[in-house]
Amino acid sequence: MGPLSSRLFALESRRGWTVFMGLAAVLMLVVPVLNLVVPQDAWLHVSTFWVTTLGKFLCFAMLALALDLIWGYAGILSLGHGAFFGLGGYAMGMYLMRQIGERGVYGHPELPDFMVFLNWKELPWYWFGFDSFAFAVLMAMLVPGSLAFVFGWLAFRSRITGVYFSIISQAMVFAMMLAFFRNEMGFGGNNGLTDFKDLLGFDLSASTTKVGLYLASALMLGLVYLLCRYVVTSKLGRVLIAVRDAESRVRFLGYSVTRAKLFVFTLSAMLAGIAGALYVPQVGIINPGEFTPAKSIEIAIWVAVGGRGTLFGAAAGAVAVNGAKSLLTGIAPEIWLFFLGALFILVTLLMPRGLVGVVRQWHERRAIAKTSRSDSHASA
Amino acid sequence: MHPPDTTVAPDLPEPHHIAPETLLYLDGVSVSFDGFRALNSLSLIIDRGEMRAIIGPNGAGKTTMMDVVTGRTRPDQGEVLFADRIDLTALNETEIANLGIGRKFQKPTVFENLTVFENLSLALRADRRILFTLFSGISPEQTGRIEQALETIRLTAQRDRAAGALSHGQKQWLEIGMLLVQEPDLMLLDEPVAGMTDAETEQTVELLHEISNTHSLVVVEHDMNFVRDLDCRVTVLDEGQVIAEGPMDAIQSDPRVIEVYLGR
Repeated sequence: MGPLSSRLFALESRRGWTVFMGLAAVLMLVVPVLNLVVPQDAWLHVSTFWVTTLGKFLCFAMLALALDLIWGYAGILSLGHGAFFGLGGYAMGMYLMRQIGERGVYGHPELPDFMVFLNWKELPWYWFGFDSFAFAVLMAMLVPGSLAFVFGWLAFRSRITGVYFSIISQAMVFAMMLAFFRNEMGFGGNNGLTDFKDLLGFDLSASTTKVGLYLASALMLGLVYLLCRYVVTSKLGRVLIAVRDAESRVRFLGYSVTRAKLFVFTLSAMLAGIAGALYVPQVGIINPGEFTPAKSIEIAIWVAVGGRGTLFGAAAGAVAVNGAKSLLTGIAPEIWLFFLGALFILVTLLMPRGLVGVVRQWHERRAIAKTSRSDSHASA
Repeated sequence: MHPPDTTVAPDLPEPHHIAPETLLYLDGVSVSFDGFRALNSLSLIIDRGEMRAIIGPNGAGKTTMMDVVTGRTRPDQGEVLFADRIDLTALNETEIANLGIGRKFQKPTVFENLTVFENLSLALRADRRILFTLFSGISPEQTGRIEQALETIRLTAQRDRAAGALSHGQKQWLEIGMLLVQEPDLMLLDEPVAGMTDAETEQTVELLHEISNTHSLVVVEHDMNFVRDLDCRVTVLDEGQVIAEGPMDAIQSDPRVIEVYLGR
């Protein structure tokens, strides 16, 4: 094996790879087959609605991975990651708006409906290029990445850490929300971007397109997970853990804490941007609601519930919490926020290491029970 | 290792004869915290290859002196020069560490969630740039060096244990080991035997003698017996100034030193 393939193989333990491959098979083979092949009236059939819902969850899982990378490993609690997710979503939304073309309500060949409504005569300069899918995808990573780079550079250079960083990251996402609410910004204001028709020529309302987007999300989640694993198992990953545990000591070892944090924060923002770009075509809308501070805090809750500093747990936490949200808001929408609040308190008090911590503890206990049983057998 | 932007002090006026064997040069260094003078025109010279012990009562400015040398604290006045007249007051902690000054803190700060081996691998002299740390692996030669350091600090058996699980004395040694593999030109040790048992202290003396064969060392300590065992030149600080310097025997009979230690 070459050095790269052996490095890749070493990203996970044997059991880790088994679980990873098993999940990949379920998500990428079983779910699509149950949707496309199994007839609609069979009880095993998974409806397209659920496929798309799951696709959304996978985007959230990607977002949770992005946050876990900086919070769980480098100790940077960003409560503004919705900003990067939203920017990635807007980049994709702008592409989808340009794809509408003359099919808009006003039938303008170039301007999106809301610009015609605002009496704009031509496309603002920052909308140029978004008729190209490749450009939009690039921007979905570069724009969040650049914002994170500038924001991070200012914060980390001034050694802003801990709760102070969390607060200014909240302020950032709040400022973004206010800005994007304004019509003059040219992003559709309050209503955001919606009424998308197609993506790369595929009709967004077709169920095959929906399954395709779901598959793209699953594939991307797998790749993002492996990329994050690569980072945390590299020497840089150990530098980040060291920064998390004793930041000033790392400086005296000769590592630039500012650069290490800046790198991982920018990478995390780009991953959040990718998640947002995959999310928007599946939900069909992007508006400033994504920049609500509460949404960014919710991301931290997913990670905490799953278990921070584990990657796998963060992704699982995102799916679990959002799954519970879907069920509960269907049954009794008024109790969802109470549930979320209670969940956060209970997790913090009873399972500080999250779901993954509970599973690990259970495994350890079983292992201890096994050895003590075999010990008593041996002595008997 | 990537060279930090170093600033060389401008041509120094006479009578600044910095001898070629000088490694660290402090002249007239003063530091105040809210009116309290932690260092009061402190001057100190450490030669290449020297082991130096620095003693003094609490608040004498020992730790502040180390903070100034390693870039944690900026002096209000005075010169701090290293090796070929590199002005340390213009550099930050990371740049100074990369110049070749390593430090062990008073309270051992090892990375508790990493193993002993991983702690040493982080300290190992290597390229510190972020992208390099992202893509680099560890070479057999580097593993060899770490294992050698593990022998020296007597932690071979603890290689894969989390550093947080070590005893206090073992953490102190791990920190010394981290300094060793960093291969600095100058090692600053702040109270290396604090909290150690007598046996551990003895072993540490041995260890430091071993290290001093190949490194320049500055050791700050309270424990007089330990300093005597180090058997090196001693500098006594009091109220941010040097009040005596010389071999231990001479120091102990110095009336000012006796007054500082016993007089109040």
